[in-house]
Amino acid sequence: MYLHEYQSKQAFARHGIPVPAGKIATTEQEAFAIASEFGVPVVVNAQALASQRVFRLARTPQEAELVARDIFAQAIQDIRIHTILIEPTADIVAEYFLGLYADRGSDLLMVASTEGGGEISQIERDQPQTLARETINPMLGVLDFQARNLANGINLPRESWKAFIQLVCNFYRCCVDCDAVRAEINPLGLTRGGELIALGGKLEIDDNALFRQRELAAIRDLQAEHESTVLARTARISYVHLNGKIGLIVSGAGLGMATMDLLARQHAEAASFLDLGSHIQRDKVSVALRLILPDVHALLINIFADRAPCDEIAQELLAAIHEIKPIVPLVIRLAGEHAEEGRAILSAASGVDLVFAPTTTEAVRRAAEKGMAHVDPGR
Amino acid sequence: MSILADKNTLLIVQGITGREGSFHTAQMLAYGTQIVGGVTPGKGGEWVYGKPVFDSVSAAVEATGANATIIYVGAANAADAIYEAIDAQIPLIVCVTEGIPVMDMLKVYAYLRQNRASRLIGPNCPGILTPGQSKVGLIPNFIARSGSVGVVARSGTLSYGVVDAMSQAGIGQSTIVGIGGDPIIGTSFVDILEMFEDDPETNRVVLIGEIGGRSEIDAANFIQSRMTKPVFACVVGTSAPERTRIGHAGAVIIEPETTAAAKIDALRAAGAIVVDTPDELVDLLS
Repeated sequence: MYLHEYQSKQAFARHGIPVPAGKIATTEQEAFAIASEFGVPVVVNAQALASQRVFRLARTPQEAELVARDIFAQAIQDIRIHTILIEPTADIVAEYFLGLYADRGSDLLMVASTEGGGEISQIERDQPQTLARETINPMLGVLDFQARNLANGINLPRESWKAFIQLVCNFYRCCVDCDAVRAEINPLGLTRGGELIALGGKLEIDDNALFRQRELAAIRDLQAEHESTVLARTARISYVHLNGKIGLIVSGAGLGMATMDLLARQHAEAASFLDLGSHIQRDKVSVALRLILPDVHALLINIFADRAPCDEIAQELLAAIHEIKPIVPLVIRLAGEHAEEGRAILSAASGVDLVFAPTTTEAVRRAAEKGMAHVDPGR
Repeated sequence: MSILADKNTLLIVQGITGREGSFHTAQMLAYGTQIVGGVTPGKGGEWVYGKPVFDSVSAAVEATGANATIIYVGAANAADAIYEAIDAQIPLIVCVTEGIPVMDMLKVYAYLRQNRASRLIGPNCPGILTPGQSKVGLIPNFIARSGSVGVVARSGTLSYGVVDAMSQAGIGQSTIVGIGGDPIIGTSFVDILEMFEDDPETNRVVLIGEIGGRSEIDAANFIQSRMTKPVFACVVGTSAPERTRIGHAGAVIIEPETTAAAKIDALRAAGAIVVDTPDELVDLLS
């Protein structure tokens, strides 16, 4: 779960990390009022999840209002911006990058770079010489010498080392307290007075830790997500939107990836990746069908049953199929115990073009065929 | 012989009174696994399928002499269950739990490195099955067949399909190990390859990898430097978009060397026989 920049900065501030004194605006009028209150110029910052920072400088309250209007009219990845963060500017002499990553296997990695405002994967690729890295032992936490190594690695003026070490420790504690899997202070500004301030930042919270991060879970901005993302999450389906035309529903991640690869090889790319996991119930299947049906040419359901026999799963599938009534051809591969009985149950499905396939390879071939044969009903 | 689990494995089930725990206890007993007891804090003294339930792992080990444990404990408490098993010095710990927070697993991993008496398989894995001898986990009972091919995979469902097809084609397995789909797991491909290499019952190895992490690259290096037995490999996720988590928490391309293509190239260069699709593995083994 991504936090907005303003939410991330609130978490930083709670942990003693200096941040600009920002305020949130949801209307142009508020933007005007906040800019008047702060005094210009101000930084007007569009709040969108999981994307690059989008911000502009406004030199008058009127300009702040115009910029806000402009941002509210925009969409980033098809999602309307409905919140902006307005902050006073600071007298910045240098900008750095500070990141903590718990998504690099068994190492907890902290990095710093002179490339403030950059993107970590680009920095790693194009300017690896600007990166200082420290692997942190989660039992010990970040140690002072590691923070010093980072400060040294980015040639931070010595006068600011003490502040930097404090900031690194606070940042680490913030990440642990919030169960962040990725966290960045970017850019980390150095003021003329030698102080450090988190000008930008983002936190990605571990979805698996939300059970103990109730406060963060409660501030999740559902309006900033696609409706389908919310639907899938609520139904406990692992969902990835893809760009092809074959809707894909599977009972496991590896099986799903293998099927997806085979589809791509047949030039019949998947429109979705929907992993129901081992527990296959009709409600879940209904949601999955609903999520992919609008614009696909064919559907492929690939299940290897491990927790329940196939006849039970077939009943669940059948109920969902009868509820949603797919109008595109449906290819099903159902393997596991009682597979024959399962297929017999599904054969009773009425009003559906249903094909069974014994293997993944065969199922993909049939789905690709059906997809090719698709004629757009609108034409 | 076989690796990790056999007919002499004495297993306890942590979380034995739970829905998942009791269901799979029945399945494992039906397979012939020697389950000697279970643990559910607060339910010591109860019995499940004729097996005694204990309040703590150490009490269970003391009473039963268990040398392996399987953990069916929810994600919120799974790390604690693993620590308890490590603390009781159980040699083999299998954790099937999906969704353990990353911060918890980072610490578990660090703790494991200090306590070499225990090996952790998983989490988020289907466990181990040695055909005809013992099942520790949730690999379906009916798919395996005794033989000499070692199977190791990150994905459960994918390995089931391959094992099922192998068995139907008359190709049996020595041991099947699912190491798990999480980014931080206790046992890597390399660990299992090393065991298969040293196991006289294993003649060939099937390795099923996927995108994300460096485990397959490390496996390639091991195959090149140490492995004498042939390895047949498949890596899924060639069509996966970058920076997108595909089903498994660990299946996400972050760095260039974590793509399927990079792993396939490395495995091929190391001398493994790499196929494009899991279905082809069976044809090659025949």
